[in-house]
Amino acid sequence: MEFFSYLAAFLLVKRLQKFLAFSPLRAKWMSQLTLASWVVVGICISAIIYLHSGWPSILGGALLLGAIWFADNEADFQPFNSFIKAHLPLGAASILAGLTEVVAPKFYDKYDNFFDFAIIAGFVWIFARWATTKKQREEINLVNQQNIQLDKLVAARTAELTQQKNELQQTLDLLQTTQQQLIQSEKLASLGELTAGIAHEIQNPLNFVNNFSEVSMELVDEMEEELAKGDTEEAIAIAADIKQNLEKIIHHGKRADGIVKGMLQHSRASSNTKEATDINKLADEYLRLAYHGLRAKDKSFNAEMITHLDETLPMANVVPQDIGRVLLNLFTNAFYAVQEKQKTAATAYKPTITLSTKSIAAPGPKGSQNIEITVQDNGTGIPDSVKEKIMQPFFTTKPTGQGTGLGLSLSHDIVVKGHGGAINIDTKEGEFTKFIVTIPV
Amino acid sequence: MHTKILVVDDEADVQPLFIQRFRKEIKNGEFDFAFALSGEEALGYLDQHHSEVILILSDINMPGMTGIELLSRIRQSYEKPPPVVMMITAYGDDENRHQAMEKGANEFLTKPLDFSLLKEKLNTFIHD
Repeated sequence: MEFFSYLAAFLLVKRLQKFLAFSPLRAKWMSQLTLASWVVVGICISAIIYLHSGWPSILGGALLLGAIWFADNEADFQPFNSFIKAHLPLGAASILAGLTEVVAPKFYDKYDNFFDFAIIAGFVWIFARWATTKKQREEINLVNQQNIQLDKLVAARTAELTQQKNELQQTLDLLQTTQQQLIQSEKLASLGELTAGIAHEIQNPLNFVNNFSEVSMELVDEMEEELAKGDTEEAIAIAADIKQNLEKIIHHGKRADGIVKGMLQHSRASSNTKEATDINKLADEYLRLAYHGLRAKDKSFNAEMITHLDETLPMANVVPQDIGRVLLNLFTNAFYAVQEKQKTAATAYKPTITLSTKSIAAPGPKGSQNIEITVQDNGTGIPDSVKEKIMQPFFTTKPTGQGTGLGLSLSHDIVVKGHGGAINIDTKEGEFTKFIVTIPV
Repeated sequence: MHTKILVVDDEADVQPLFIQRFRKEIKNGEFDFAFALSGEEALGYLDQHHSEVILILSDINMPGMTGIELLSRIRQSYEKPPPVVMMITAYGDDENRHQAMEKGANEFLTKPLDFSLLKEKLNTFIHD
């Protein structure tokens, strides 16, 4: 019976070798374990040859317990701990049987069947544990393999997602660049609308400059004649006329100058610097530019422009070219609406655009003021189905190629985000549209 | 001979300009000028002084009533004697030129006004 503990020890070593065969720990343990198996065989043979009556059992049990103790303290063998511990009953039974045989041989002889049975039971127990451990290990292996597959899958997915994220980032960058370009092209498009208006607005003052200059030269000649004749009184009268003409020349020169400056300001990228601005002047200027811009395209078009400008309007702290763009956009839309209506309306229809400004008390701190700019037209109006969408980027009711769909969306951004104001709409389809822009002073 | 000319233009400075350009003629009593800043004002003036006005010089491009509209109203309302109407507009505006001629304009001038040419034309019309 003592043979069983040696056999168990030998098999334990072999099985540990098998467990480690495919692990990175192989190199560390394989030769040691091989040596251990031969040591077990050596001890077994020596014990059977040289020892008698119970001692081989004690030695075998001790060998087994020693092996368990060693493995228990060795971190590398922790995964197999439950299997190794299964050797405890056999080791204990062998030592108990051996000790009993040595100490009480008669008792042992009488009950040796029980001891044999305990040893065999311990041995069978090892095999039972071995079988379950093996099954568990297979399951664990399976789960491990699945985990490895999952890890690979996750890694693949992560790589895919990272790539997608990079692609999306690139697309986003592209979109942001495009948005900036669109804003710039919107500005240029509105400048295009303005060009004809600007040409007309510059032509008029230039005509005056030329005419008053020419007439002044004639007057100088005349003055010289009068002086030669000795008619000082007449000469002084002519001099007064010349002076008046020069004042006119200065006035119209400045007018043209202002228009060119306004145009440059409009096309320039917004500096975003707010400055004290005369809203009445700005609005009136852009109303004229929008009107002449449209007339340049459609010579037969004509509209009545009514202005109710509040003379007591305070200067507003705004970015002039930005608010100018908003107003230009509202005027262009208003003219478009009346022009569209005129196409189908009765001959009595009189296109009318009304521009009003007034200062109103602002909610909040006492004494703070808002400026309200109202642009009303008696054009086509806005249907309810469209009203919600008109502030959305790229939404346009104009035929393809005629509107960028960015005008109102940019205007909304300028007024609301840029100036902390508001744009409100009141409209009735087929009758009128009224845009009310409110900006804090 | 005393000729009354009504000049219609929305630019107020047209008035001193005409008065200076034609100061000799005004001084000599050849021409007499009246001014209106819009088509509506021009019609109001004509209502009062119809018999005096012999020649009307009007800009086409004006806010409110256009020169073309003014022209057709004049042609409708004042048959005898039909006043001479000369239209003025920006350079290269063929559409308006065509329309003005169709509505019965006697002459068509482009901006910037050539005053010596205008004088010539005025004299032709008046002496005819």
